[in-house]
Amino acid sequence: MSTETDLLDFARGPALEAALIILVFGMFWRLVGVLVLRRPRDLSEPRVRHAWLGGIRTIFTRMWPRREFRPRILHWEAVSYVFHFSLALVILGLLPHILLIRDITGLSWPGLPTGVITFAAGVALISLLALLAHRATHPVLRQISNFDDYFSWLLVFTPLLTGLMAYYHLGGRYEDLLAVHMLSAELLLAWLPFSKLAHTVLFLFSRGVTGTIYSRRGAQT
Amino acid sequence: MTSTDTQFPLELNQPRLSIQKPEPRYDKQGEMADTERLDRAMRGFVKDFGATAALYMESCVHCGQCAEVCQYYVQTGDPRYTPIWKLEPFKQAYKREVGPFAPFFRLFNLKRRVTVQELEDWQDLIYDSCTQCGRCTMVCPMGIDIASLVGLARHGMAAAGLVPHELWATVERAKREGSPLGATPAVLKDRIAWLEDEHGVEIPLDRERADVLMTISSIEVMKYPQSIVALARIMKRMGASWTFRSEGYEATNFSMFAGDQQGQREASLKLIEAAIAVGARTLILPECGHAYQALRWQGANLYGKPLPFRVLQIAEYLAEGIRQGKLQLQPVQNSATFHDPCQIVRRGGATEAPREVLHALGVDLREMDAHGAYNWCCGGGGGVVTIHRADPLRYKTYQIKMQQVEDTGAEMLVSTCSNCRQTFDDGQAHFHWDKTAQSLLELVADHLVTEQE
Repeated sequence: MSTETDLLDFARGPALEAALIILVFGMFWRLVGVLVLRRPRDLSEPRVRHAWLGGIRTIFTRMWPRREFRPRILHWEAVSYVFHFSLALVILGLLPHILLIRDITGLSWPGLPTGVITFAAGVALISLLALLAHRATHPVLRQISNFDDYFSWLLVFTPLLTGLMAYYHLGGRYEDLLAVHMLSAELLLAWLPFSKLAHTVLFLFSRGVTGTIYSRRGAQT
Repeated sequence: MTSTDTQFPLELNQPRLSIQKPEPRYDKQGEMADTERLDRAMRGFVKDFGATAALYMESCVHCGQCAEVCQYYVQTGDPRYTPIWKLEPFKQAYKREVGPFAPFFRLFNLKRRVTVQELEDWQDLIYDSCTQCGRCTMVCPMGIDIASLVGLARHGMAAAGLVPHELWATVERAKREGSPLGATPAVLKDRIAWLEDEHGVEIPLDRERADVLMTISSIEVMKYPQSIVALARIMKRMGASWTFRSEGYEATNFSMFAGDQQGQREASLKLIEAAIAVGARTLILPECGHAYQALRWQGANLYGKPLPFRVLQIAEYLAEGIRQGKLQLQPVQNSATFHDPCQIVRRGGATEAPREVLHALGVDLREMDAHGAYNWCCGGGGGVVTIHRADPLRYKTYQIKMQQVEDTGAEMLVSTCSNCRQTFDDGQAHFHWDKTAQSLLELVADHLVTEQE
């Protein structure tokens, strides 16, 4: 057995397991670390009953900016949407990904044609590059960005790139490229709970909480 | 009338009611070592750190959208004014001291310890350039209530004695005299006697029992006393049993702006205890935005149990009176636009009440392009209007508001917050603008049907 297949075996086996364990426990730790803090009951008289319904609603309504805000933010919001949507297609639509998810969770669904996936991956890469350029040049984003922003960007970019390279057999043996692709994705999973990428889970909570607080007051969310 | 306080004299003849421009400024209060100041700032900040605030601190994705809707960034293009950036030292402190990975951050020194110098540098971001209007909250794709976080940051700053001079002095006055802007119990009593004489109205003060405890903003007492007359006329017409009480009338809560939690609680307790003492079923808050935030939404939480009476902003009470047929109004023959006070509407939820009143007045209501929960702030909230060094910046933000009002083409500008009103007065004088902000309350009082009188 060559060292190359050893690498692939490592990526498919212990590395994947470790990444998943770190992902689950890291996310659990982060959520628990926040949710165990004080949550004093709001004693003010609510204007609206069942405000939590407003919280649930806000999780959906915050998916798109209000008319009043669009002129200044809609263009980059759209690019961000293109990125998120194409990334979701790649992650959830590629047959090997679905098989892997089935192995781990038992859930499965039909895959998309690989032509669609490679196109989506290309779109995701290009939109990511555009978002990076935006972050690196816009004065506000330059001001507020830190290591997390750029490193997280890199960790999302790499699996997309190596995945495409593996698919097209570019730059090396398929097994090597696949191993590098898997390892980069595993690094992403392990990094996720400690970084801004945790917004994949946190958005439910932060939108829900604000939606509930404001709904309780009868205010718009 | 002269100020009763010689230490921080008031500026009574200006369009905006504040303490006089301080020379020199003391933006740093108390004598203490830097380590103690820092320690106090951090303890003040994390003292009330609940799961909600922590969740917000964890959730920012650094998208920068908050800047694009903030009046300070939009008008200056300066990225320092990015709302979430205003919290940066406190975000660092949170990650280092409180967050789920705090030990890790400390161990590897991934987040430096914040310095007193940094906090001083941030003072103008936390106070001068944030009215806590909460517009950024409405755009945040993660739903972070940035305005509430600025409130927490102010707790830290106040505990560390790092409050802008005027705001701190105003709070000091409130604690010493019972009113931040000179409307002491004695002054209130004088004013009421004078207004009763001058206008032939009855203004009950210190009745033992009443259904309604009326409260007032010192801005109204000192600058817009006609508001008190308007109140008296309306309450008489509605046949209400009501009173002011000298031990609990001041609805403003500058301590809340400054971040002085003790002072905030004391100011709220005065009102709550006065309402209980007279057996009030309703406590009415005046045309004052932050009073609504302080008592309607935070009052019970500071009191420690639900309030045994209703808390209504005056516009809500007027709308109720109209609904119940207790107030009949003559039509106003003009078009008007309504300026939504941030703390009453966006962050308070009383969006419809003032519009119901305007509708009953028959005005041709011309809404601004962004209104209701998406309204632009007048620029004077959050205590900003008191801070002299913030004036140039405030005038810049005020221009958005002026433009919004102009764009409606409405003849009148109406609002229901005396702090907004004085900000409008000040901006009007500065820009020689032809629009004067009017009080919804006074507009109603001026249009009561006359048949019964």
